[in-house]
Amino acid sequence: MPIYIEMPKLSDTMTEGTLVKWRKKEGDVVEVGDVIAEVETDKATMEMEAFDSGLLHQHLVKEGGKVAIGAQIGLLLKKGEKPPAPGELPPPVSAKAPAASAAAPAAAASAPAAPAAPVREPGARIKVSPYAKKLAAEKGIDLATIAGTGPGGRIVSADVLSAKSAPAAPAARGTAPAAVAIPPTPAGPNDQTLPLSGMRRVIADRLLTSKTTIPHFYLNIEVDAAPLMKTRAQVNAASEAVGGPKLTVNDFVLKAVIAAAVKVPAVNASFAGDSIIQYGSVNLSVAVAVDDGLVTPVVRDAQKKSLGQISTEVKDLATRARGKKLKPEEYQGGTITVSNLGSYGIDSFAAIVNPPQAIIVSVGAIVKKPVVGLGDQIVVGQRMSVGLSADHRVVDGAVGAQYLAELRRLLEQPALMLL
Amino acid sequence: MPLITYREALRHALSEEIQRDENVVILGEEVAEYDGAYKVTEGLWKKFGDKRVVDTPISEAAFIGMGIGASMLGLRPVMELMFWSFATVAWDQIVNNAGFVRYMSGGLINCPIVIRGPANGGTNVGATHSHTPENMLANIPGLKVVCPATAYDAKGLMKTAIRDNDPVMFMENTLLYGEKWEVPDEEYLIPLGVADLKREGSDVSLIAHGRAALTCLKAAEILAAEHGIQADVLDLRSIRPLDEEAILRTVRKTHRAVLVEENKPFCGVDAQISSILMEKAFDELDAPVLRVSAIDAPAFYSPKIEVKQLPRPEDIVPKVLSLFS
Repeated sequence: MPIYIEMPKLSDTMTEGTLVKWRKKEGDVVEVGDVIAEVETDKATMEMEAFDSGLLHQHLVKEGGKVAIGAQIGLLLKKGEKPPAPGELPPPVSAKAPAASAAAPAAAASAPAAPAAPVREPGARIKVSPYAKKLAAEKGIDLATIAGTGPGGRIVSADVLSAKSAPAAPAARGTAPAAVAIPPTPAGPNDQTLPLSGMRRVIADRLLTSKTTIPHFYLNIEVDAAPLMKTRAQVNAASEAVGGPKLTVNDFVLKAVIAAAVKVPAVNASFAGDSIIQYGSVNLSVAVAVDDGLVTPVVRDAQKKSLGQISTEVKDLATRARGKKLKPEEYQGGTITVSNLGSYGIDSFAAIVNPPQAIIVSVGAIVKKPVVGLGDQIVVGQRMSVGLSADHRVVDGAVGAQYLAELRRLLEQPALMLL
Repeated sequence: MPLITYREALRHALSEEIQRDENVVILGEEVAEYDGAYKVTEGLWKKFGDKRVVDTPISEAAFIGMGIGASMLGLRPVMELMFWSFATVAWDQIVNNAGFVRYMSGGLINCPIVIRGPANGGTNVGATHSHTPENMLANIPGLKVVCPATAYDAKGLMKTAIRDNDPVMFMENTLLYGEKWEVPDEEYLIPLGVADLKREGSDVSLIAHGRAALTCLKAAEILAAEHGIQADVLDLRSIRPLDEEAILRTVRKTHRAVLVEENKPFCGVDAQISSILMEKAFDELDAPVLRVSAIDAPAFYSPKIEVKQLPRPEDIVPKVLSLFS
């Protein structure tokens, strides 16, 4: 039997992949585990391994071609096996060909909970009647989670009406009510139209889902950063003396965010439709700006790691994120996100919750400013603004305040982070 | 309420309007002394005389033209075509004169004529006597087209058509002339452009006009009894003006539509309705809009296959079922 090699799903948010490079030529012998191609997902360029052995008879997708997951990209034959008749071969997809249906919204879900069993092949077109589609949008039901009982598997209104109306996890994309699309001003001769990269598309989808389905609220505090700066100077001086690495302000902030989440575990949680999942580990997502977007690599079990370990790990993750070398498991499963725009000169800002997480901490620059010191004297102080954006379904204002109070306590008395 | 035939209902309408308005006059081949080829005008000549019920030569182009001219001068002629098939020889009169005179005269000349007669197949009279030209005539801006399915509708619509100041093409059906329905004694009118929901259901809308509406009622009974599917049956009654709101209302209720007509499918009335549904009810549809029409060929002469040319309940039922699984 000829084996069709399919575009694999290499990340949980991947809906389509670009075949960047074939590492095996047509006619090459392929063994199980051989790297046969490089595939660019929405987040990274990854090596694709063969699951079967045989002779790579034909590339069905040319280098640069973008296809939906599950699409046939190559044909593998056993020794001595004849290829199927030409009529049975799908035509090769060239780089210029429009991407095969990327319509399946199912694939973009990134809930930490195990997803429900798929109701159709990943990437397969969802047949749905116009009325069922309208009903699903009204009820916030993800069509990808519904099986169709109409002719040819079409989803009809009865299927939507009998489907559970609450999505299992806030991350389920497509649960967002269809935003009213306001068409942009058409591009003129001096304008340029930039096609969406996979990453940009994921950012657009997930943040739209977040902003339109998660009831956000925002808290803000200003912490005295002088003790933190002093401690950091001491630690770095000592480290430098023995040729050790330097810690950044952000390393301390991350450590404080983690320690505070251990103290106030209610914020280390996710909304799950009919329940709230409170996580036992703090998996810290750190927002890293990259060339054409941002990624949020995860420091796993962060509550078990020292300041130095966190610093080293974040440095490594950020470097590899910029080089698009992260593995999917390295940016999945975060429970709290920190976004620090201090180094960009931003004093304070409110971030959008990174679904399915419940909070995101936004950190501004440390600035010198007049403050009221002891004895009601105006003195020069060092201040840092820290914001909290929270999913109100999970975290209430008082809990958010409690968390920020703990964060302030740690940041203003950095020695406590050692406990 | 008395049960009367479709034929009698038409006759009552004509008789009442002749008595009501001195300008109403009936013209046509053998409508007077012979009582009409299909006996619709039976007794009217004896009752109302030569001035009100007039036999014409066998020349549709001539007598339809005469009626149109008379209507321009204030009469309200009701012209009988022995078959609507014969309208083709009076096409120029109907389309260019009746249809456009109000427009061409800048609104100075009305054409309050009714042209009536049977427009149906299924009676073994051959291809040249079996036309259903409602789609062709409804395509002419300026003409009104009605296709009553029952005696009640035929009477109410005929009275309105006679009183209407525009030309009304009134399409009857020889297969229905002898069928009986309840028709009240007291006077009533049915406005043009108002469809009638002849059966209430919830699962699918059968939309039809003329005799096809009755076929839909039969299909609906089979669907309910054998398949548990409840159908709305909407009888358009009038093709132009068309009750678009009623069409949209039923489809918004059931979310499925099967359009049935004895017209030929190509550019038929239901092609127009399909287009309306696509444009205005797309998001309401739970299934594609399907059509059941006459088989696309000249009317078959052989009775054995002629009966299969027009939509039957057994043609409609599987179409409806195909929308469900």
